Amino acid sequence: MQRKTSPWIYKGVMALMLAAIALAGARAQDLKSFEQRITTKVLLNGLTLVICERPEAPVFSYSTFIDAGDVNDPSGESGLAHMFEHLAFKGTSQIGTKDYAAEKIALAKVEAANDAYEAEYLKAVGRDEAKLAELKKAFKEAEAEAHKYVIPNQFTDVAERNGAEGLNAETQLDETIYFWSMPENRLELWAWLESGRLADVVPREFYKERDVVIEERRMRTDSNPIGRLVEQFLATAYVAHNYGRSAIGWPSEVSQINATEAMDFHKKYYVGANIVVAVVGDVKASEMLPMLEKYFSNIPAGPKPEEMTTVEPKQFAEKTVAIREQTQPFYLEGYHRPDYRSPDAEVYDAITDIMSNGRVSRLYRSLVRDQQIAAEAEGFSPFPGDKYPGLFAFYAVPLPGHTPAEMRDAIHKEIDKLKTADVTDEELAMYKTRTRADLLRGLADNQGLANSLAQYQTRYGDWRELFRQLDKVDKVTKADIRRVANEVFVPSNRTESWIETEAAPAAAAQKDGGAQ
Amino acid sequence: MKKIFGMTFIIAICALIFAPNFLPAQQAKPWEQIPTPRLHDFKPHQPQRIVLKNGIVLFLQEDHELPFVSGSVSIPGGAREEDAAKAGLVSLYGQTWRTSGTAKLSGDALDDLLEAKAAHIETGGDVDSTALSWDSLKGDADQVFALAMDLLFHPQFSAEKLQLAQQQVATEIMRRNDDEGEIASRESAKLVYGANSPYTRQPEFATIGAVTVDDLKAWHDRTIGGKLIVAISGDFDPAAMEAKLRAAFEGLPAVKAAPPRHDTFAGPKPGLWFINKEDVNQSNVQIVGLGTDRRNPDVPALVVMNEILGGGFASRLFQKVRTELGLAYAVGGSYGYAWDHPGEFRAEVLTKSATTVDATKAALDQIAGLTTRPFTDEELARAKDNILNSFLFRYDTREKVLAERVKLEFYGYPADYLETYKAALEKVTLADLDRVAKKYIHPDKLAILVVGNGPEIKPGLDELKQGPVQPIDITIPMPNSVH
Repeated sequence: MQRKTSPWIYKGVMALMLAAIALAGARAQDLKSFEQRITTKVLLNGLTLVICERPEAPVFSYSTFIDAGDVNDPSGESGLAHMFEHLAFKGTSQIGTKDYAAEKIALAKVEAANDAYEAEYLKAVGRDEAKLAELKKAFKEAEAEAHKYVIPNQFTDVAERNGAEGLNAETQLDETIYFWSMPENRLELWAWLESGRLADVVPREFYKERDVVIEERRMRTDSNPIGRLVEQFLATAYVAHNYGRSAIGWPSEVSQINATEAMDFHKKYYVGANIVVAVVGDVKASEMLPMLEKYFSNIPAGPKPEEMTTVEPKQFAEKTVAIREQTQPFYLEGYHRPDYRSPDAEVYDAITDIMSNGRVSRLYRSLVRDQQIAAEAEGFSPFPGDKYPGLFAFYAVPLPGHTPAEMRDAIHKEIDKLKTADVTDEELAMYKTRTRADLLRGLADNQGLANSLAQYQTRYGDWRELFRQLDKVDKVTKADIRRVANEVFVPSNRTESWIETEAAPAAAAQKDGGAQ
Repeated sequence: MKKIFGMTFIIAICALIFAPNFLPAQQAKPWEQIPTPRLHDFKPHQPQRIVLKNGIVLFLQEDHELPFVSGSVSIPGGAREEDAAKAGLVSLYGQTWRTSGTAKLSGDALDDLLEAKAAHIETGGDVDSTALSWDSLKGDADQVFALAMDLLFHPQFSAEKLQLAQQQVATEIMRRNDDEGEIASRESAKLVYGANSPYTRQPEFATIGAVTVDDLKAWHDRTIGGKLIVAISGDFDPAAMEAKLRAAFEGLPAVKAAPPRHDTFAGPKPGLWFINKEDVNQSNVQIVGLGTDRRNPDVPALVVMNEILGGGFASRLFQKVRTELGLAYAVGGSYGYAWDHPGEFRAEVLTKSATTVDATKAALDQIAGLTTRPFTDEELARAKDNILNSFLFRYDTREKVLAERVKLEFYGYPADYLETYKAALEKVTLADLDRVAKKYIHPDKLAILVVGNGPEIKPGLDELKQGPVQPIDITIPMPNSVH
């Protein structure tokens, strides 16, 4: 379940060596101690509250975990979940508006104007450019009219003025997470703000925000060589499942998402049964629960949205993606694997650890230290998500003068070793020790703990699984690793991708930013 | 992973009052009816500070929540002190020190031993210091401490591991023009400090190739005699730990003071620079100038001004460029201050090629507006709320308190700096804001750097009317062995 978010940020394997870690056996760190400090409550609307008391300092952190992300974007609307996440910072009918009754009417007009514009824009035959320009103008006017009622950024302003720290949200393929930390005496204010924006979002400034999101795409994907490669890699590795679709959205789709679609997404997925809210810090559950219950009961009840029917079919054709451009070479490959519920989930984690974790890892020692062909080489899994069958991926950053093909061959050689010989007792023990220690280390951070509790409560229906997973970790055997490697790391299950450096055109004319 | 807010110019927090609010009267503001109880009593737990006779400073910060012990030794002297002809030396030193290991135990053997215990010992180099740090489970703490001391006092720099580090840095050099943001921040810093400044000069194949094992040894032997700061935190017995640290450090000779630096900081040559990169569809615009250092008594007022300019969602840059114009996802800015030398003024905006001129103009207008558009009571109150109400997060863990005290010790600031700084923030007035904006914000002294896709930037950058568009050549000087 631990996802590496940006494993190839090129700063070297060493930088990954985090702070300290250790084994259990201590007071405040076992399941029993957490059971005494954690209160779980399922409200009538289906929403689950998880409260963990950790009164180290007069602060708290929260994590709101929505069991929906861009994997749930309807066809033709890629990027919708993320677009909605941005909307959730724009306020409600009670905050961010000068006069909601009037604003609501103005927003309906914006939507109608956008519909009219889009209908003309999408005409396959007979699009009238003059009419289109007129409709664009009418849309801009409607937008300006609605803007008159807006108090910009008031929602975030109230949070920040009351000490919100690390205020942010993330939309991943599987889930959407909202979070910040605050002084403990702002708990009720937070409950008002958070429950309000989950229940009562207004599609305020939607189209301006859509432009912002498209800039985010330009930054993360279009203007970044690795971003471009990964988008193509996933689109190639998947033929049916939404894991293959651009998470931030294909440009043509994200640029045409409308507010109605965003609000429909909200209605379907932001229902009590699909939301877990975890709070960790200087909070007394017995005193605060009635207050929290009052606010979070405002969120509509609704059935848990139906599960996706699409299952990625078994891959039988080996695939490749080659990008030739004037950037430095890079190699990335992936193999389909099962989802997080697989009995082998911890076996994949063991392979990741043994292949990739630190200077003792097999890929570092082989490609970086001994062969001296790569600056960095790692495997990571699952990617791009864990809720549905994802990929086991490997990447390597070639040293100057070395090629992606050398990376591929060297990675395959290491994979073959996993298939033909057992890992050592020391390697397996190291995986188990480090996993236990990593878990423990994460318990000292309010925000990290809130995120983990919300995630495990959502994925397993019980936060205790965060601790119980260690039992499964302990059961991993050398034979398991060899079996899984043989099942999964086969050519027909593989997608290879790379960037090859293209020479710069000779005598390129000096471009000067359009100036003459 | 996508976020609502990708840039962090936010500083932090905390008053217990709501400030006056001048929004239209018809809004009900139900959130203002919610009570704010008194915050639970809290006194940040300060570490014990011990000064040895030789001048070495020890900090002990007990924290018994988890069964870990971690430690660090901060050593004065960093990349700004390295020989320009060997630029990259400190980075190579920081890697090779640890990977080489000690006379008794090679770096590789150390890796095996530590990782089996989920423990770590690491070394690294920075612009003004180097450091050794370690951490482990409480039960392994004695052994890991002994290994860390062995590495501190008996390192063995190996040619083989130096070569490995050189390959790492060579790869960074080779790739430094692939990422638009990296180019923009690096080259704009060079505009501020000068390309050959100790603060911005970059390693090249030739300079890292010139570094030898003897250079690393000499660097180590020289810097280890400086004023070391040793900091321990976690689950330990303080009396036993003090005895152990005394045994390790008390016998060292008196520390040598670092020689004073005589850097000059002229600031950028005003003007407009451009770097063409045709595989992007978004321009990265950096507007930069010289900042100040933290000892400047105007820093608290500047921090409040920064909050108004580019601090959070409600800041002028964010409101205008992102929320109102929809021209950027990433936008921000601040007048920077460093601990012991001038920081940078820096505003940045990332916008699609076609709106480069519009977004740059909008950002420049907000910068100029600091001196022409009066600050309001509302802005002052909001900025102070934002900063003071979250101030608590600077010391809400014992680890943060310790890290802060080490920094203050390293740069020679009083131990109660945070308290006096907070008191000064509380006192900032509108008059202070006006005064510091006029004193420090000089739009005519700023340099503008645009990294972007030249052919796509229409209207062109000449529309900015900032003088001629001056290209910057970022071609990487290649050694003979790499083509």
